[in-house]
Amino acid sequence: MEFFERFAIPHPSPMIYASMVAIGLTVIAIIAGLTYFKKWGYLWREWLTTVDHKKIGIMYIISALLMLFRGGADAVMMRLQTSVPDNTFLDAQHYNEVFTTHGVVMIIFMAMAFIIGLMNFIVPLQIGARDVAFPRLNAISFWLYFAGAMLFNISFVIGGSPDAGWTNYYPLANNEFSPSVGVNYYNWALQISGIGTLITGINFIATILKMRAPGMKLMKMPMFTWTALITNLIIVFAFPVLTVAILMGTLDRQFATNFFTTTAGGSDMMWANLFWFWGHPEVYILILPAFGIYSEIIATFSQRNLYGYKSMVGSIVIISTLSFLVWVHHFFTMGQGALTNSIFSITTMAIAVPTGIKIFNWLLTMWKGKIRFTVPMLYSVGFIPLFTIGGVTGVMLAMASADYQYHNTMFLVAHFHNTIIPGVVFAMIAGLTYWWPKMFGFMLNEKIGKWGFWFMTIGFCFAFFPMYITGLDGQARRMYTYSEASGFGPLNMLSFFGAGLMAISFIIIVYNIYYSFRYSPRNVGDDPWNARSLEWATHNPVPEYNFAIAPQVKSSEAFWDYKKNGHQLFKGDIKDIHMPNNSGQPIIMAGLFFIFGFSFVFYIWAGVIISGIGILACLVYRSFEKDDGHHIHVQEIKETEEKFGGAKK
Amino acid sequence: MKELFPIKQINGFVFSLLLTVVALSVYFMDMSYEWGMTILLITAFVQAGVQFVIFMHAGETKDRDVIFSTLFYGVFLALAAVFGSLLTLVWDMM
Ligand code: HEM
Ligand SMILES: [Cu+2]
Repeated sequence: MEFFERFAIPHPSPMIYASMVAIGLTVIAIIAGLTYFKKWGYLWREWLTTVDHKKIGIMYIISALLMLFRGGADAVMMRLQTSVPDNTFLDAQHYNEVFTTHGVVMIIFMAMAFIIGLMNFIVPLQIGARDVAFPRLNAISFWLYFAGAMLFNISFVIGGSPDAGWTNYYPLANNEFSPSVGVNYYNWALQISGIGTLITGINFIATILKMRAPGMKLMKMPMFTWTALITNLIIVFAFPVLTVAILMGTLDRQFATNFFTTTAGGSDMMWANLFWFWGHPEVYILILPAFGIYSEIIATFSQRNLYGYKSMVGSIVIISTLSFLVWVHHFFTMGQGALTNSIFSITTMAIAVPTGIKIFNWLLTMWKGKIRFTVPMLYSVGFIPLFTIGGVTGVMLAMASADYQYHNTMFLVAHFHNTIIPGVVFAMIAGLTYWWPKMFGFMLNEKIGKWGFWFMTIGFCFAFFPMYITGLDGQARRMYTYSEASGFGPLNMLSFFGAGLMAISFIIIVYNIYYSFRYSPRNVGDDPWNARSLEWATHNPVPEYNFAIAPQVKSSEAFWDYKKNGHQLFKGDIKDIHMPNNSGQPIIMAGLFFIFGFSFVFYIWAGVIISGIGILACLVYRSFEKDDGHHIHVQEIKETEEKFGGAKK
Repeated sequence: MKELFPIKQINGFVFSLLLTVVALSVYFMDMSYEWGMTILLITAFVQAGVQFVIFMHAGETKDRDVIFSTLFYGVFLALAAVFGSLLTLVWDMM
């Protein structure tokens, strides 16, 4: 019995017990459902063992939507708690756990997964490739992410959630001030999914550099692919820093080292320093693909080519370097001198310049364009003014001396939500709607989609603009309550109202998926949006091998060339196509990683050793395994193409 | 036969052993902190260069440019991290 005591929750509440029951019931229902409908085999063959970038992309997106739900529920709980003064819905400890979980889930497990999911699905298609460079590794990336996400998500019912903020600052995060296993969960979940992300970075750089269709020079890549390339470059250079920092934190907590302690030569400030050396590039890892998505959508629905392609590429390249040189702006108040703060103030403001260039490029693309206000375009058009406000408040925060006033207030919270929601979340939903027919062969309902957009946008404004004001009035972030006398009450109530609208918009979006799945017509053709780039040159939904014949490319808008300028995309005959085999190893290995992490969280050394050996065994097995993939034969390809109504374009 | 004999790699190996010996000497010989650090830094960077160019064949393929630019980008970022941190946490800490 003693063994099991460690799994008890240190700070329980009826809500947590209710969630426990709910989780248990859901798991049972899923297992029962799969068994009853005899879907285990299908699930294993088609999804769990797949190495197809399209299916992996879809699994990322489904996971991200689930995480959006989890993080969103946390958000509504926080806004509910702060909607009136002196509220007692959550106590201080629970509030800490909820905002920590919200931050980590939204950034690491929702936004990252969503953009990596879209990248997975779209990038190989946009460059005319059959898959990513290392399909098996791609599956490992996904399953490691998934293992990390699950590990993090069970913390609140087994052993207790982390409660030191998504930034996990020391000394708060050390054993003395965070005695529960929560921070261990933080460490291991981020470590495991971080490895997955790093692998993705390497994989996509290799894919984009090596596997482009004939004729697609770097400067002829579609904009989303460009942003994906730069993003993955940032991933490869930023994530190792997080890996090492988390390892040092783990050693401090679990092996009594002194990296981030305040005694024995440790430096707690070093954690903040390393965290943000990763953290600031991380926000650009999120926003750059979003910029790419907007570029595709705005060009398509303005029915014009993207204005200033070269300056767009130039600005993302500059952003990628500058994003590594600004990190100190997250802790201007830590005690370093004016010289340092001035340097980082200036680099931070400099980053607003290339960002501004892009805003003008989008505006000029729409200028003189024939704009069609579809759902993806609505999100893109909404993004421009809202994101600009986020950028402007960012520059306000970037002035170090002024930041002494704003830092750690709701003003900061308003700023980053103002960049992340219209920036990243709008892009994800816009991209999902835009590429939906590519993924599933039917369109999402436009009318319901527009309702979703308006609820989301208006909800966003109500939820976050009041925070700018209360922040300037001195409301601190991460406080679970405030007094009546502070006068923050009414604006916080407004903010809760906005959060409610956003929750409704999420429901509308999910309902739209259900509705469209039932009622949308299936014969939408290969090019429902009159689009421009290469991913639309193949069928809807995309066959396993993507393109029967590798496409020939002359510009960043190969498909448009084909439609308007008589460019021939597919030359030559269909040949046998070589494809990678499915494999169960990635999911097994990720399962072992999950056990490894879980055991480490609770200091169960037997589990650590056994799963560690298992992981090594997987690696050894893989090294000696002979797997040459398989061929899809000409006959079969021809039949598939025939089903889709002919191959030639 | 001559083409097959990896003379470059053998030389590289000897050279990298030599670098190790020099670096080790810092521990065994009695020298000032500054001298020791200088020797260690120089030998470390040369050692890394030897590994990349001779043993990992950077520069022998078409990818030469990509490999070296990422390498230098990495070095640049590492220096930014190190000196940025020194500036923030040590030199300019009030
Ligand atoms: C014009 C561009 C931007 C500038 C000048 C800027 C500036 C800043 C500054 C100075 C801070 C720290 C303020 C403080 O802690 O007191 C900050 C925080 C933050 N920014 Fe931005 N930012 C910009 C764009 C973005 C973008 C595009 C994103 C995300 C997609 C983003 C996400 C964040 C986040 C997540 C935080 C705070 C996280 C935390 O402390 O928990 N920012 N920004
Ligand atoms: Cu930043």
